[in-house]
Amino acid sequence: MRIQFEKRIDQSKISGFLIPAASFLLALLFSALILILFGIDPLQAYSVMVKGSLGSTYALTETLVKSIPLMLTGLGVSIAFQMHFWNIGAEGQLAMGGIAAAYVALFLNNMIPPALLLPAMFLAGGLAGAIWALIPAGLKATIGVNEILTTLMMNYIAILLVEYLYLGPWRDPKGFGFPGTAQFVAAAWLPRLTGRVHYGIIFAIGGAILLWFLLKHTKFGYEIRLIGENPKAARYSGINIAKNIILVMLISGGLSGIAGMAEVSGISHRLYTGLTVGYGYTAIIVAWLANLNPLGILVVAFSMGALLVGGDQLQIAMQTPAAVADILQGAILFFMLGGSIFNTYKIKITHKKSIQHGEKTHE
Amino acid sequence: MNKSKTLAVQMRGITKHFPGILANDNIDLDVYSHEILALLGENGAGKTTLMNILAGLYKPDAGQIFLKGQEVEFHSPKDAITHGIGMVHQHFMLVESLSVTDNIILSLQSSGLNMHTSQVKKRIQELSKQYHLLVDPDAAIWQLSVGEQQRVEIMRLLYRGADILILDEPTAVLTPDEATDLSKILRKMTEEGKAVILITHKLNEVTAFSDRVTVLRAGHVVSNVLTKETTKKELARLMVGRDILFRLEKKKCKAGKAILEVEHIHAINDKGLPALVDVSLQICAGEILGVAGVAGNGQRELAEVITGLRSLTKGKVLVNGQNITNSTPFKVINAGISHVPGDRIGVGLASNLTVSDNLVMKAYRKPPIVQGQLIKKRSILQFVDNLIKVFQIKTPSSETPTRLLSGGNQQRLILAREITASQGMLIAVYPSRGLDVGATESVRSILLEQREHGAAILLISEDLEEITQLSDRIIVMYEGKIMGIVDPDTTNLETISLMMAGQALSTIEKHGEEKTIA
Repeated sequence: MRIQFEKRIDQSKISGFLIPAASFLLALLFSALILILFGIDPLQAYSVMVKGSLGSTYALTETLVKSIPLMLTGLGVSIAFQMHFWNIGAEGQLAMGGIAAAYVALFLNNMIPPALLLPAMFLAGGLAGAIWALIPAGLKATIGVNEILTTLMMNYIAILLVEYLYLGPWRDPKGFGFPGTAQFVAAAWLPRLTGRVHYGIIFAIGGAILLWFLLKHTKFGYEIRLIGENPKAARYSGINIAKNIILVMLISGGLSGIAGMAEVSGISHRLYTGLTVGYGYTAIIVAWLANLNPLGILVVAFSMGALLVGGDQLQIAMQTPAAVADILQGAILFFMLGGSIFNTYKIKITHKKSIQHGEKTHE
Repeated sequence: MNKSKTLAVQMRGITKHFPGILANDNIDLDVYSHEILALLGENGAGKTTLMNILAGLYKPDAGQIFLKGQEVEFHSPKDAITHGIGMVHQHFMLVESLSVTDNIILSLQSSGLNMHTSQVKKRIQELSKQYHLLVDPDAAIWQLSVGEQQRVEIMRLLYRGADILILDEPTAVLTPDEATDLSKILRKMTEEGKAVILITHKLNEVTAFSDRVTVLRAGHVVSNVLTKETTKKELARLMVGRDILFRLEKKKCKAGKAILEVEHIHAINDKGLPALVDVSLQICAGEILGVAGVAGNGQRELAEVITGLRSLTKGKVLVNGQNITNSTPFKVINAGISHVPGDRIGVGLASNLTVSDNLVMKAYRKPPIVQGQLIKKRSILQFVDNLIKVFQIKTPSSETPTRLLSGGNQQRLILAREITASQGMLIAVYPSRGLDVGATESVRSILLEQREHGAAILLISEDLEEITQLSDRIIVMYEGKIMGIVDPDTTNLETISLMMAGQALSTIEKHGEEKTIA
């Protein structure tokens, strides 16, 4: 008997649902073993996680709060990934969006009428993210610098810049040493819909619809897909690749920048350490799990938000070490990503009647 | 030496599945020593698969292999070579920067630390003499011509003691002279008792090279005959399953005004070396200009310079009087030049995208497909369905990924797209390379039809038969220079072949008598 991987010719709708479901179940089984090892009852742990992330209105809104930045950054990286431009700099672009929005809220609130303060912050956040993304995009488009390295390195610069600002020049003088800027004026607070769920959710849904439309129904979307699949063919068919890299990264960085703006303006109302907690990196996983589908990203980001909130609840309610929540998240991602191989491959088992080995000729 | 033919290999009931296709269906094959066997068939007939199984690259789903009566099972190409079976693939597997000797040492299994280079070199020279296989053991691979590299590949197998040699489309990259040399080498090897298997879809090769021919069609053996007892016509019918026209209808050219004018252009290749040196040519409406030459003598760069994919360092390119020197591909496309690229998969297609996506690659920025920035799905559907019908592209649907199409249908797709986008000027690079007889015939008649409609066509090809059949005039390129322009009807193949090897037409005409080498 021989077991082989064989490429699927077409992906069936059923397997598109069954495979993630089976992967998820396997992840739960695997995690149960780990929980038992820690002396924790897995069933109890799971029920805490589910209740804590989805079981009440409060839990649901908290999950949504976590998923908003994941949605926006996930959308941001997805459009770059469509073009096979590996933007892993969403974290930095988010940070720059937060900084720019905070600057407007803190230092320009006297010059801008209150009604225009939020739109100004929105624009500043989006622009800052876009400009931060423009640097690696320009380097790639003009002299071919590898974007994986540049976008990653730009992250560190942005994250440290946030820290420098709220610990240094922008620190709240009346903050009793608390690391962070002063609170924004109320006009700079993004309105909330319910619980802590703010208007960022509207930006995310709007962004997803916009991206979906761009990709499916415009010339620009077609060009991005062609560049992603075969840049040589794209060049051959007359597409200006440099121009598209710039455009795509402006959108990509812009979306992440808006995520940063929504975080400072909708949740913390100040610039502080909670801005850069890794949303921009999780976004990469969100985009892949959703197969780069903009509407799928909303759903996957929500599930990921639930996982984050559920993990926190586990820590609080059962006093598990913080690492346990991380292990569970890791296991689920591992199985989901591992399982996705079966979307493109299937296992083939061949039975072959045994054939005697030929005798090797010895000379 | 015993010259009697003995059964070297028997393959019995070989079956091999690939996703969606049955590449080999219960195939029986016999190979004799002292004999050259041609394995003839169209693309996708299963020839290469069958030979990859014999060379240990693939495992069959079912079936047995016997060597001199003993059943064997191969788990890797290494297994096969220890049993004396070796294969020269279409793409050579040599390390360019190393010498011939080093490449052969690399392939030896007992590559201990103390390999005696001088011993290996000596053995190479012995084999070289024995089989008339001229190879300089000290030359670096990159310095060698394609024909010489092929000899290194053969040498490597002989060195490892191969008795059964498989060659996959060996003449595809050779000049006619090099092909003749190869046939002598193979002949010598069979005299020494080796068995040679030649994978091919070229009928000329079968009749010129082989003693016996086994014809495959759609994974089955359809015939197994002695070469001298059959004809090209019969073989073609067996291979394709229907009668094939060998002579394409070509009316006399009624050349109109010059469409493309290339004036004294120079360009460099990817390695920074001169690729084109002072090249000038003109093509008129309703004319096919053929460019002959061994691959790598500037043909690819010529097409790239004209289409804006490569910049030229000196000279001018005009299309319909409009200067397109060093324009972007976008401007060249707008000027009306279409391009069937030599690298079909690498440049011509995005093979993971659908047939529909690939068909609109040039038309997507023009109405009715696009209005403003928006793409009209319905217009695409109409456009695509029409092209699929007119150009007879065989595909399950317009939404099928292009990689699932056969080579012939992929090429038809590219032709459909390029001809639709063209405004009077078409550049076709190796348009029928790797295609089988049926597909080749249809590609060639499409080109002739476009010529009838008044298109100016630049045809770059390695296939001399194709060039002479289709072209109104032929230029021959060697090391980036034009060796001369000839008329296919009044020039013999030998002259063209001498030009391909680097002799200028003027010197050939001067020494008219000397050129006839026996």
